Amino acid sequence: MNGIHDLGGMHGLGPINPEQNEPVFHEDWEKRAFGLFAATFVFTGYTVDEFRHYIEKIPPAHYLEGSYYEHWLYSFEGALIKYGHITRDELDARIAQLQSGGH
Amino acid sequence: MAKPHAGTPEPDPAIRVRALESILTEKGLIDPKALDALVETFETKIGPRNGAKVVAKAWVDAEYKKRLLADATAAIKELGFSGLQGEDMVVVENTPDVHNLIVCTLCSCYPWPTLGLPPVWYKAAPFRARAVSEPRSVMKEFGTELPETTEVRVWDTTAELRYLVLPERPPGTEKMTEEQLAALVTRDSMIGVTKAKAP
Repeated sequence: MNGIHDLGGMHGLGPINPEQNEPVFHEDWEKRAFGLFAATFVFTGYTVDEFRHYIEKIPPAHYLEGSYYEHWLYSFEGALIKYGHITRDELDARIAQLQSGGH
Repeated sequence: MAKPHAGTPEPDPAIRVRALESILTEKGLIDPKALDALVETFETKIGPRNGAKVVAKAWVDAEYKKRLLADATAAIKELGFSGLQGEDMVVVENTPDVHNLIVCTLCSCYPWPTLGLPPVWYKAAPFRARAVSEPRSVMKEFGTELPETTEVRVWDTTAELRYLVLPERPPGTEKMTEEQLAALVTRDSMIGVTKAKAP
């Protein structure tokens, strides 16, 4: 599938700016997102290609602005909903609850 | 697919992760302790020190190097490194005439068992875009300048196949032990943006 993810050779994206002594994870939520990667593979049985397919469907602006583990979130959400493990409404409700300070 | 909520900002990713993890935990689909263990493994046990051991062994053991270049997956497994995102490995050798660089233009594929999780710059758009079209200028940003006569080969990693660069053994290291040599092998040198460190 052609799309924004196909970055090879694209111009105008600027310098690389490697971070010195970079930690494995920058934020705690990234650790949880990473852990979910392996955990969801186990019970959904989806493939790496499928995992990427959901990432490649991210709207281009979100794709370029979002960080790596945010891309993964789109993929988890897409796959978990497709396989019927969660529903969009269930997820949105939980997000709203957490945003309002609920636990 | 995940609804993009066109025009509105996405909820904070930290909240989205908590929402997913809490729902999946309540349903008994995941165990938060298993997630903790996985995170700890990748923070402390799996990283570029593994790849450095492979490289150092190849530098001191010609037979191992031969096996590594012929069947990298099997040779790397001899040292105990295998598994997720390293199922099919190819090692490409740097020589005075050829310098290799790895990238994943389509996403962020990377050999986890030997290098751990990739740095942010490897996954970000500028490196992925430029590595294939202007590898020398990319390497220059990492302080690496190669002679014009050196051929640069760029390998685009896929979900199925992961590359590892075997850097050149630095001069002046003839008397060093395998362990001392491994300390010269950096993550960046196994991606190919730099050479191994000088002793």
